[in-house]
Amino acid sequence: MSEAIKAINLTKAFGKFVAVDHINFEVKEGEIFGFLGPNGAGKSTTIKMLTTVLKPTEGTAIVNGYDIIKEPAKVRNSIGVVPQEFTADEDLTGWENMMLMAGLYGIKKDVAKERAKELLDMVELTQAMNRKVQTYSGGMRRRLEIAMSLISRPKILFLDEPTIGLDAQTRSAIWNYIMKLKKEYGMTIFVTTHYLEEADLYADRIAIIDHGKILAIGSPKELKESVGGDVITLNTSNDDETMKLLQNLDGIIDIRKVDNMLRIKVKDGEEMAPKILEKLIKSGVKVLKMSITEPTMDEVYMEYTGRKMRDEEADSKEVFALRRTLRRTRG
Amino acid sequence: MVTEIKKKEEYIDRSPLHGLWTLTNRELKKWYKSAVILLLSIIQPIFWIALFGKAMNLQALFSGTTLSIPGLNIPKNIIDKIGQEILKQTFGTTDYFSYLAAGMLSFITLFTSMQSGMSMVWDRRLGVLDRLLTTPVSRSNIIISKVLSSVIRSLVQATIVLIVAVLLGMSFYPGINIFDFLGAYAALFLMSFGLSSLFLMVAIRASSWQSQMAVMNLLNLPLLFTSNAFYPVNSMPSWLKPIAEINPLTYSNAIIRGMLLGIQTNLTIDFIYLTVFATFLSIVGIILSWKYISS
Repeated sequence: MSEAIKAINLTKAFGKFVAVDHINFEVKEGEIFGFLGPNGAGKSTTIKMLTTVLKPTEGTAIVNGYDIIKEPAKVRNSIGVVPQEFTADEDLTGWENMMLMAGLYGIKKDVAKERAKELLDMVELTQAMNRKVQTYSGGMRRRLEIAMSLISRPKILFLDEPTIGLDAQTRSAIWNYIMKLKKEYGMTIFVTTHYLEEADLYADRIAIIDHGKILAIGSPKELKESVGGDVITLNTSNDDETMKLLQNLDGIIDIRKVDNMLRIKVKDGEEMAPKILEKLIKSGVKVLKMSITEPTMDEVYMEYTGRKMRDEEADSKEVFALRRTLRRTRG
Repeated sequence: MVTEIKKKEEYIDRSPLHGLWTLTNRELKKWYKSAVILLLSIIQPIFWIALFGKAMNLQALFSGTTLSIPGLNIPKNIIDKIGQEILKQTFGTTDYFSYLAAGMLSFITLFTSMQSGMSMVWDRRLGVLDRLLTTPVSRSNIIISKVLSSVIRSLVQATIVLIVAVLLGMSFYPGINIFDFLGAYAALFLMSFGLSSLFLMVAIRASSWQSQMAVMNLLNLPLLFTSNAFYPVNSMPSWLKPIAEINPLTYSNAIIRGMLLGIQTNLTIDFIYLTVFATFLSIVGIILSWKYISS
């Protein structure tokens, strides 16, 4: 399978501050690739480089087979971008915004009209399309942004924090549209988020980024396994015997007795549970209770970044300060 | 796959100018579709012309007066004649209202052109610019569309001012023809193009709309008062003359008065100056803006 995106030592420095620090990754064709990290980790800067808005200080990336530095025009032709901000023109209607985008991609009127109808229908904005965008709700605006970025039928869609600031219900609705795009059009989707549970639920693969560096890449499952696997909790008729029996079983990382329960750390819980049961039943130990728990993305995130995502969100002052600095150094 | 590529060529326009009109039209749409903004931007120059222009009536000061100097028995027609000559000497015409109206055409063009940067400041703030930069529209078209929409707005506003001025009593010189109007518009076009580019360049680096407004307010009245919009350069104090002589407004006023009112001026020098001014500023402005948004 070929790659849709390949970043090679991609780096962006604003003065002395290195926002993105020699990152390397590949995004496969047709997958949803989640870029996960706290505010100010370098997510938006990476997207801006991949979409040719910012020029890298060092390194490059290949998007749809085109080099972002040498062939930016070709890259722009083949991608769609949903920026973090609402970029639709508030003074124009939803329909006019769609036609504006079509004009920017040089799509002829009749084709554009057809596509705009289809896309607005898909994001359920047909009824609101002749209203000015300033009357739209947050969710409607985000949907319009997505429709706008699809008018050129891009092969890759970049979404920068598509669900930020939306309520839970709207967030899941937005994700439904994203999943639909993947399924129906086979589109490659590169999405940044700082919602752990969203990355976990919807992304095929995730990259965790912090301080401009990629700390881990893999499917949600792989990432969770990498932190130490699942935990099987057991309650048996004879715990001491069980501990002895299981000690030498392959695939078991650690066994401990905690609060009258046996906590067994294993690589793959679903695979190990039947093996454990079989062994215990053969040896005549009765199993009273059993449960498998997977590690959550929170644990994965904590393992790699050394902190909780929640702490990060609380510290918004720091983020604003950082953004101000970035703006100044850019000027 | 092959049919798909073929199809693509049919519906995609990839000329170097593609997107230019789409973007220009976007700016203009906001302006002509919003009745309030359109009205407000037209009302201001009308105030200038109707209130200021009609109130500051130098003509009435020098002609048709009941002036009589005690002890001297000067006939009224001689006093009127002297008044007329003073006006003619100073302004090149006895019709001060028309003189001022011509100056207002340049002023409204200056004022509107200065706002070229505001929409750029907003586009940057709201993230619209970031989105535009990800589309296949070339960077230069993004910038030129801003300049172009500003120029079109300026010329439309100037036309409205001209119509109002005529309704209020502005009169052209007797032998006026279509080329005189074209010449006057060419002058306005050049000035507007230069100024719009300049203010776009300022805006693209401005950190906020407040600072952009500050720059505009700082410059618009001084530019107006140091030009020949209200009074001729000849009657200015010696320290002000050199400033007036580099002010582009002075040249566009001279051209408009020369073309529409028949007031003597050296059109060749005026046009050369304005062309150099517009070319220089638009090249510098567009290149610097382009460099900035491309980095």
